[in-house]
Formats: sequence, structure tokens, C-alpha cells
Amino acid sequence: MPSLGADMEDGTFVEWQVEPGQAVARGQVVCVVETQKGAVEVEIWESGVLAKRIAVPGQKIPVGQVMALIATGGEDWKAIAAAVPAPPPPTAPGDEPQAPSPAPTRETAGATPGAPPVSGRVKVSPAARRRAEELGVDLSAVNASGAHGAISIADVELAAAAKKPRDTQAAMRDAIAAAMSRSKREIPHYYLASEINVEHAVTWLEKRNAVVPIGERVLFVALQLKAVALALRDSPELNGFYRDGAFRPGAGMHLGVAVSLRGGGLVAPALHDVDKSSLAELMAQLKDLLRRARSGQLRSSELSDPTITVTNLGDLGVDTVFGVIYPPQVALIGLGRSALKPWVTNGEIVPARIVQATLSADHRVSDGMRGARFLVELDRLLQQPQSLA
Amino acid sequence: MNLSRDEVRKALIDSILEVAPEADFTQLRPDRPVRGQLDIDSFDFLTILERLHAKIGVEVPEADYGKMMTLDGSVDYLMRLLAAASSAE
Repeated sequence: MPSLGADMEDGTFVEWQVEPGQAVARGQVVCVVETQKGAVEVEIWESGVLAKRIAVPGQKIPVGQVMALIATGGEDWKAIAAAVPAPPPPTAPGDEPQAPSPAPTRETAGATPGAPPVSGRVKVSPAARRRAEELGVDLSAVNASGAHGAISIADVELAAAAKKPRDTQAAMRDAIAAAMSRSKREIPHYYLASEINVEHAVTWLEKRNAVVPIGERVLFVALQLKAVALALRDSPELNGFYRDGAFRPGAGMHLGVAVSLRGGGLVAPALHDVDKSSLAELMAQLKDLLRRARSGQLRSSELSDPTITVTNLGDLGVDTVFGVIYPPQVALIGLGRSALKPWVTNGEIVPARIVQATLSADHRVSDGMRGARFLVELDRLLQQPQSLA
Repeated sequence: MNLSRDEVRKALIDSILEVAPEADFTQLRPDRPVRGQLDIDSFDFLTILERLHAKIGVEVPEADYGKMMTLDGSVDYLMRLLAAASSAE
């Protein structure tokens, strides 16, 4: 079970997407795991042949525990699979999904079930009872709408739908609380802010967007992300992780893009190698990432790879972001709204769109001087939007 | 394409619902900005315009985003845009 964030302790296994005997390549999605950040497609980190699937659906698995065995370097996958005893509890081995929850066994009786797991009399069809077991719904809490006060399948599904968002939201709130508490406890933040005149950059982008089809329009945030990634080249101390008492530089400019979710909560999945993507590529990747983040279809590498986080609250009308670093990262870039303000250029007061860019950084790794250099470089790059294309 | 005001309104609402499925239009104040009421950010807004383009064939220029603040105002604007497009043909 991979760690998909600093404070993840376990994940609940959902399903396999590969069969024993199947060749798997590093980076391939092999299974789905439910985490506090929603369902995540787990990419395998080693190539080989899948020998044995150990994790079963519904199983809660601590980070670091074995989920599957892989034959590598020409090993015989069948021999590996045969050498391993049956997987441990909580469930028996097999390919059939089995919920480990203490759900009642399948009832075959009709309107008068032998021992309904509820107090009082609940009328429920066998099919609806089965569905309730599958979805983990407590029948005593379901509102009946069927004939003679019986619970229908639709009632069960409605109850399941009503139950889920609250649980996942609470879990996500816990995850955010844990990560942010750790950040405020362990990371000595320092904060810097710069007002950046983005009039030229925004105008340049508006001109570009006016002559392309609507599907190829680029949002200003994509241009800002590109500028952040390029500015980081000169400030490697802001891009990476603080682990075991030492700074480890990130392997690339993988910007975690803070995405607020409908109904509450947020995730900050990675856009990979932002400095190497063209603006059009970046926008396409951003669209894909935002879409999947909001529909709960992120990949494991996107949750574990961000080397720095960018929070853009400009859409909400916020001027300045005072960011809390997401551990084990060492910096966060905050971007506010672009607001029309008076600006002095060559002794003249002119209207210009201005963005407040802020940096929250880890004082164990860098100092204000370095942070300042980053913001100055970010400003310089945003004055040359064509160089960001 | 000759669309009625109701058809344009429905296309807009359908496009919004595809992005914000939980949106409750019975609770929406039609004379207040839509984006704030439904938590629609710039990415969502662009997606809505793309969906709208697929449905009724209008491309809202970026320079006109300010004309699409309220639901009623957006429908007014889209009707004008469609009329201008059909008279140009």
C-alpha cells in the first residue's frame, strides 16, 4: 500500500484491474484504493508479471503492507503464487468481492426474514436487502417508500447516496486537519509577498484566446503555473521535501495544484514537469487533472509526487493568500485575484491589473533572500508572457 | 439556428448542471451573479461555455464574460449573440 500523502495511514482496497499472469509495467494502473482523498487509481512502481493478488475488496490495508506479489527478472510467476499460503484474514481468498464488515448473511426469506438486524419490523424485499448489504446500508435507517411501507431498492440506494458524501467529507476534513496541524507544529514558516503587474501578460493571453477555438482557450492560471515552474529553476530550495531532518530536492517541477471540491474539502494533485510543457499542453493537462480531481479519479503518482503547492484563490475574489505548507513539501505559492489598480510606470499613473503573489517557505531549508529571489524571478517571467508559451 | 428564449435558457442550465450537478435552480436568485452562488470558478466557467458551444453553437468571446453574470442577463446576452450570428449569415 503506497503512501499517498504525508498523513495517510491506511487505505481501503476497492478492486483489481489486472489478472494474475498479466505483465505489468511501472506506472500502469493496477488497482483502485479508497483513501481520505477519495478513490485513487494506484500505479505500480515496478515492472514484471503479477503473480498473486493478496488484497481483497473491502480490506483496510496499512501503508507499507503487501497488496500483491510481482515476478520480476524472469521469475516464474506461477511458482511464486504457489509458494505463498492463502492470504490472511479478514476474508477468505478468492476473486469474489467480499465486504469484511459485519453485514448479515444473505437472506433468502421473503417478507418475513428470520432475524432482521434491526429493531422493530422492517419490510424489505430480498433484492433490496441484498443491495443494502452490498452498499453497507443500515436498513433501520432507511425511509421506506414502497407499498405497505416496504423498503425498495431505490430507498436503499438513496440512503447510500445520502450517507456517502458525509463520510468522505468527514474523512477528508480529518486528512486536511492532520496535515495542516503537522505543518503548523513542525514547519517554521516565513512569508513574503509581491505585487506583480500582470497587465501585459493578461492582455497577451486575451489576444491569443481571441483567435483560437473555445476549446483551446488558456486560463491565466495556466500561464502563472508555467511561470512558477520556470522561476523555481533558480530556487531549487523551494522545490522538494524535508524528510528525516534534511532537504531532498524534487526530481522535477511537479506543481501540486490546490483544487477545492464541490461540497467541501480540497486536494492538491500534481501537474508533472510543468517547466517542460508548452502552454497548450499545460492547459490540456490542467483540464484533465481538474476534471478527474472533481470526479474522484486521481492517480497515485499525482497525490504522492507534488514537489511544491500552488494555491490560486483569485477566482474567489481574494487578494492575498497566506499559505500553509503541505508537509513534507517546503514551500507554497499563493496567487490572488488580478485586480485593476493604479500603477506607476515611468512617472505616470496608469490603470493595470495587479496580482498579489505570496510565498510561504520552510525556514529550515531556505531564507528570505532565496524566497525574494524567487518572487522577483516570477515577476520578471510574467513580464515576458511570450517566453512562457 | 432559431432558438427560443426558453430553449437557450434550458441549454445554459443543462450546461451548468453538467459542471455543478448539485446546483438548485429553485434556490438561485436570477438577478444575482451565478458564479458566486454556485461556486463556479474560471475553469468551471470555461467548461460551461464549451458545453454551451456544443449544444447551441455559440462561442462567447472572453471579452464578453462580464455580460454573463446573472442567469437572466446571460440569456439576454446569448439571444443577442444568436441574433447577430443569424443576421450575419
